[in-house]
Amino acid sequence: MTRRQRRLTLIGGSLAVLAIAAALVLNALRDSIVFFSTPTMAAEKHVPVGKRFRLGGMVEQGSLVRGDNLAISFKVSDGGATLPVTYKGILPDLFREGQGVVAEGALDAAGVFKADTVLAKHDENYMPKEVADALKKQGRWQEGSGGKPVATQGASNAPASVTQ
Amino acid sequence: MIAEAGHYALVLALALALIQSTVPIVGARLRDPALMNVARSTALAQLLFVGLSFVALVTLHVTSDFSVANVFENSHSMKPLLYKITGVWGNHEGSMLLWVSILALFGGLVAAFGNNLPLSLRAHVLAVQGWIAAAFYLFILITSNPFLRIANPPIEGRDLNPVLQDIGLAVHPPMLYLGYVGFSISFSFAVAALIEGRIDAAWARWVRPWTLVAWIFLTLGIAMGSYWAYYELGWGGWWFWDPVENASLMPWLAGTALLHSAVVMEKRNALKVWTILLAILTFSLSLLGTFLVRSGVLTSVHAFATDPTRGVFILLILCLFIGGSLTLYMWRASALKQGGLFAPISREGALVLNNLFLTTACATVFIGTLYPLALEVLTGDKISVGAPFFNLTFGPLFVPLLLAVPFGPLLAWKRGDLAGVAQRLMAAGIAALVAIAMVWAWTSGGAALAPLAIGLAVFVIAGAVVDLVERTSLFRSPFATAMRRARGLPRSTWGTAFAHAGVGVALIGIVCETTWNSEYIGTMKPNDVARLAGYQLKLDDITQRQGPNFREMLAQFTVSRDGDKISVMTPSKRSFTTRGSSTTEAALLSRGASQLYISLGDTAADGGIAVRIYHKPLVLLIWFGPVLMAFGGLLSLSDRRLRVGAPKPAKIASKPPRALQPAE
Repeated sequence: MTRRQRRLTLIGGSLAVLAIAAALVLNALRDSIVFFSTPTMAAEKHVPVGKRFRLGGMVEQGSLVRGDNLAISFKVSDGGATLPVTYKGILPDLFREGQGVVAEGALDAAGVFKADTVLAKHDENYMPKEVADALKKQGRWQEGSGGKPVATQGASNAPASVTQ
Repeated sequence: MIAEAGHYALVLALALALIQSTVPIVGARLRDPALMNVARSTALAQLLFVGLSFVALVTLHVTSDFSVANVFENSHSMKPLLYKITGVWGNHEGSMLLWVSILALFGGLVAAFGNNLPLSLRAHVLAVQGWIAAAFYLFILITSNPFLRIANPPIEGRDLNPVLQDIGLAVHPPMLYLGYVGFSISFSFAVAALIEGRIDAAWARWVRPWTLVAWIFLTLGIAMGSYWAYYELGWGGWWFWDPVENASLMPWLAGTALLHSAVVMEKRNALKVWTILLAILTFSLSLLGTFLVRSGVLTSVHAFATDPTRGVFILLILCLFIGGSLTLYMWRASALKQGGLFAPISREGALVLNNLFLTTACATVFIGTLYPLALEVLTGDKISVGAPFFNLTFGPLFVPLLLAVPFGPLLAWKRGDLAGVAQRLMAAGIAALVAIAMVWAWTSGGAALAPLAIGLAVFVIAGAVVDLVERTSLFRSPFATAMRRARGLPRSTWGTAFAHAGVGVALIGIVCETTWNSEYIGTMKPNDVARLAGYQLKLDDITQRQGPNFREMLAQFTVSRDGDKISVMTPSKRSFTTRGSSTTEAALLSRGASQLYISLGDTAADGGIAVRIYHKPLVLLIWFGPVLMAFGGLLSLSDRRLRVGAPKPAKIASKPPRALQPAE
C-alpha cells in the first residue's frame, strides 16, 4: 500500500468509529437523560404517568410519614404546588423536613410520585442546585446568617444516590 | 507572622515563575547557555518558596490559628492532628496551593534530573512550566488567598466537612493532583517541541517516563477516590458518573492514549504530530477538570454567574493555555517531519486503534459531562445525564477496545500477521469460552450479557499471560531456559502484561458487583437476624460513644455462616456537633475478594434501626485492577532503557535516527 492508501485507511477507520460513537451518543441523549421539575413545573407540563423525571423542592414540614418495612411518604413543595412522594428504603443522612430534596422516579396513576432514588448532596447546607435555582426564581430564597445564602455551593463532593 | 511569611513566599514564587517563563526563552533565542540555565535555578528556587508557603499553611492549620480565615472555616481545635493536616487541601484555597506546589515539584524534578536534556529543550520546557505556574500563582493571590486574616479572630473554628475527615480523602487529592499536574510536563515538552520545531524519537523517550509517572498516580488517585466514595458515602456505590469523577476520568483516558502513542513514536518514530496533540489535549483536560471542580460551575451555573471572579479567572487560564497551545499546534505541526510507514495490521496499527477508541470514549464522557451545562446556559432546561447515558455510549466503545488488547502486544511492528496472532491467542480464546460457559451454568439471574463480559475480561487476562508465555517460550523449551528468558525480558514487557491484566481484573469486579450483588433492607431490633447470600447477621446491641469531635452510635453485628461465627461488624453513625451534620460509617467485612457491607439508617421510635446490608461479590477486584495497572506502570518505569536515559537526539533532522533500540 502506498502512504496515501494507508492514510485513507486510517482516516476511514477513524471516521467509522467516530460515526458509531456519534450515533451512540445521540441515541443515548434521546433515551437516557432525565429532566428536572419542581411540583409547579410538573403540574404545568402535565408529565405523563410513568415518565421518569427528577423532582426537586422542599420537604414539607410535618409531612414525613414512616410506614412499615421502611416505606416512607412525604410531600415535596416549591411554594406553589405540592406533590406527594412515596419511597421505600433508607433516606440519606441529610434528609430533613423543611430542607431541599431531589428524588428520581415517575408519577403513578393516582398522581403520587413513586421515587426509586433520593439524592443527597453531602454538604451541611444540603440544597441541591436545581432546587436552589428554582426557589431563587420564585423569590423564596432565604439568606442565612452571616450573609451566606442558606444553600451555598458546597464542597465538590460527589452526590450520592440511594437506589433501591 | 507565619501567614504573612507564607503569603510573601507565594509572591516571591510568582516573581520567580515570571523570570522562569521569559529569560530562558530569550536565552534560547540568543543561544546563551547562561540565560538558558536560569530556568534550572529559578525552577528549583520556585519549588523552595512555594514549598515554604505550603508548609506555612500546614503550620497554621496544625496550630489552629483561627485568625486566618481559611483555618477558621475548615478546622477545629478538637480535630485529630491527621485531619488538621489533610484539612489543608480539603478546601478550595488550600487545594489550589497544593496544585501549584505539585506543579513546582514537577518543574523542580525536571530541573534537577534533566541533565541529559539538550539545553535549549530544557530551557523551553521549564519556561512553559513557568507560564502555567505564573498563571496559577496569580489566580491564588488574586482570587483565593489562603492566608487572609480575620479582623476579630474567633475562638473556635467551623470544622472540616465531616465526610472529608477520612484517611481516604487524606491521600486521594494529592494522588489525583500528582496525576493531573504531572501531565503538565508532557504538555510543556509538547509545546517546547512545537516552539523548537524539532521532534524525534529521543523526545518521546524523555516524555514517556513523565507521562508514566503522572498516569500511575492518576490511576491510583481515581481508584482511591472511588473506594472512598464506596465506604464513606454509605450507599455501596463506587462510581456515580458524577461530573467531578468524569473530570478525573477524561485526563486518564487521554493520558492512557498518550502513553500508547508515545510508544509508537519512541520505537518507530511515527505518529509524532498525533502524540503532540494528545500531550496537549491530556493536560487541557486536566485544566478543564480543575475548572469544573474549582469554579463552582458544577454546583450551579448561577453561582458561577453571580460570583464570577474565580470561575472567569480559571476560564481565562483555560482559554489561554488550551487556545494558545492549539494555535501553536496548528501553526507549527506541519513543520514536523513525517514518521515511519506501517501497515494497518501491525503493532503501530493496534496502538492507533487503541488511541482511536480511548479518545472517542473520552469524547463521549466529555459530551455527557458538558452537555447538561451547555444546555442549561443556552435554554435554561435542567437535565441530568447519568449512568444510563454512559452505559450506552462508553460501554459499547470499550468492548472492541478490550477485544483488541491481547492482539496488540503480539503483533509485530511495521507489518503484523493477524492470523498468526489469532492462532497464538487460541488458548486465551478457549479460556474465555470456558469462563463464559461456567459462569452461565453456575449463576442464575442477572443480565444475559454478564457472562459474555466475564469472558471478555478472561480473554484480556489470558491474553496477557499468553504474551508472556510466547516471549519466554515456556512450554516449548526447557523450564530453566524459559525462566532465564523471563528474567531477560524487558521490564516494560512485564509492565504491559500486568497493566493489561489489571484491566481484565477490574472488569470482572465491575461485572460481578453490578450483576450479582444482593442486598437486605429492613428495620432491625437487637437480636434480630438478617439473612443474605448464605450469611446470618445478628444485631447484638446498639451503643453510644463519644469521639474527639463527634458522637457516635454503634451497632454491633455478629456474622455467621452455617452456624459458625465468622466475625463481628460495627457500622456506626456519627453526628458532628460543630457542623450539626452526620455521617454514616459503613462496616466492611472482606471474604476473599467479596465483601459484606452494612450501613445504618435512622432509628425508629420503637428502638429499631434501619439497616442496609449488601453482599458484593468480587467487589475488591474493581480496585485491585487499577492497583495492578499502576504496578505494571511502575515496572515499565523501571525499564532499563528509561533508566539509562535517552540516546542523543538526531543531529540532522532529515535522517531518521537509526541508532534506536531495535523493536522487540
